[in-house]
Amino acid sequence: MTVEFDGRVARSGWTLQVDQLAIAEGVTAVIGANGTGKTTLGRAVAGLDRLASGRLEIAGAVVDDPAAGVFVPAHRRRAAMVFQDLRLFGHLKVIDNVAFGLRRAGADRASARRQAGTLLERVGVDSAAWPRRPAALSGGQRQRVAVARALAPEPEVLIVDEPLASVDSSGRARLRSLLGDSPARHVLLITHDPVDVATLAERVVVLDSGAVVGRGSPAEVTARPGCEWGATFLGANVVPGRARGTSVTTEAGLVLTVASEAEGPVYVTFPAHAVTLHHDRPAGSARNTWPAELERVDIDGKRARVHLAGPLAVRADVTRRSADELELRPGLTVWASLKATELIVVT
Amino acid sequence: MSSPTRVRADPGTEPRPASQLPAAVTWVGFVALGLLLLPIVGLLQRAPWSALPSILGESEVLEALRVSLIVSLAATAACIVLGLPLAFVLARRRLRFPRIVRAVVMLPMVLPPVVAGTALLFALGRRGLVGQWLEEWFGVSLPFTTAGSVVAAAFVALPFFVVTVEAALRQAGGELDEAAATLGAGAWATLMHVTLPTIRPALAAGTALAWARALGEFGATLTFAGNFPGRTRTLPLETYLALERNPEAAVAISLVLMAVALAVLVTLRDRWMSR
Repeated sequence: MTVEFDGRVARSGWTLQVDQLAIAEGVTAVIGANGTGKTTLGRAVAGLDRLASGRLEIAGAVVDDPAAGVFVPAHRRRAAMVFQDLRLFGHLKVIDNVAFGLRRAGADRASARRQAGTLLERVGVDSAAWPRRPAALSGGQRQRVAVARALAPEPEVLIVDEPLASVDSSGRARLRSLLGDSPARHVLLITHDPVDVATLAERVVVLDSGAVVGRGSPAEVTARPGCEWGATFLGANVVPGRARGTSVTTEAGLVLTVASEAEGPVYVTFPAHAVTLHHDRPAGSARNTWPAELERVDIDGKRARVHLAGPLAVRADVTRRSADELELRPGLTVWASLKATELIVVT
Repeated sequence: MSSPTRVRADPGTEPRPASQLPAAVTWVGFVALGLLLLPIVGLLQRAPWSALPSILGESEVLEALRVSLIVSLAATAACIVLGLPLAFVLARRRLRFPRIVRAVVMLPMVLPPVVAGTALLFALGRRGLVGQWLEEWFGVSLPFTTAGSVVAAAFVALPFFVVTVEAALRQAGGELDEAAATLGAGAWATLMHVTLPTIRPALAAGTALAWARALGEFGATLTFAGNFPGRTRTLPLETYLALERNPEAAVAISLVLMAVALAVLVTLRDRWMSR
């Protein structure tokens, strides 16, 4: 089963053009700079925006085809959405927000509430909050409720617009695991977070100026991101480790010094251009240095993307001139360094 | 604290920042407030407090009260049934001439009620544009009937309900409707389970305002429905008549109507307007 998108969405001033995009089952990350059409793509799949031309299929059924006069309205598409601004129903209790979709599908109140309670437990919303209104909850709690509400009717497609942006750190890991084995067969994850892509996405779609410029597995898209923004975003390194104060020990045993304190399992992220390369062990202010074996160099215009092996398998972006001057080639051992302030710790 | 002209207008609100307000403006403002307060004081001062129960128990007054309740409640019901869809159309539909449509909706608010009554007479009267067909096809004649009073009251009260509800619908926007749709709610389910509950405070406020306006309606009712005891003579009409025959009764009824109007406003302020 797939979601097949081949069409154009026209909004005042600009259009989103998607050519033959097949979204397979599993988690697909949709990335791109602000205003490139990520949300519009999600809204079109959900049935909230109509195609101006083209065709959209969900699991073999045509849901939008203006030429054929077909438009299946949002409520019959089984495509639930977690909105960036959440849009919880303020007049309903938390539990009834989550039960809403089940009730519309015909469940009676008691069984809908029972299922809603199970989901709320899974996203980590304490039962004390269930009879309260959403306004009484913290931002992170509300976000979890929104995810639970969208998952409740077991949609065919789950569209999540910037899901983890405002979730408190303890909730992120839990929501990630929930989205990872979500009951929805297709998850469209619109995101700005490299950790989401690294930990969840089976496929990535890169949008730029209203068009799909990159698509494929994370590895494929990272190799050919299609636009500058995508290159920077996908070049970001994501390293799992265990934090203790301002030190993070990676799985290979390398200890990274970071600028912020944390405890327990974390991800350390840093852009590829934050890594600098040297022939000799550097003696500067950078807190983190390690010897690395150079695995591969990809030249892309004036930029060289260097893939490093060794204790930290990361990517480093250097200018092509530096790459030439350092005579970077596979097999060479170099010293990599990284300033602590460039590292972002994500729990 | 620094400005000598600072007014503690509402004990429930935060003190306003001291502003540069000329003293004259403050004084004229208070004169205007006095102008609004004066009639209330005048009424209270002339109120026949001890005779109040007996005056209000008079058969004419009770009769007028009965007519008033029937007419105002029926008119309010009509405002809800007709006004709710109209508010949705104004808030959610893209109209061709939105300004003109909105002006038409608000017209009864600023139109002299006598003019409204006259207009209704020429539209729904026996020889009126629509009235002649009502008479011919259904044998219905509205002028000088209780139903006519209801039409007149509904006509002047409708904008109060529509404007209040429309504002709430605009504020609620379509975002929650979209969320409901992605959860499988069709148009009717969304309306019943999301939109209407969300704007419930405005529905209550609009209903109360429309009812208060319908209860006080005088000019349009008199012109269109006349002044027949037991059928179209409402409390305001009774007050006007009593003014010549028995001024104390006029004062008594006025007090009741004023108390109702004040009660509506105070309730609204607490429950909705202060939000």
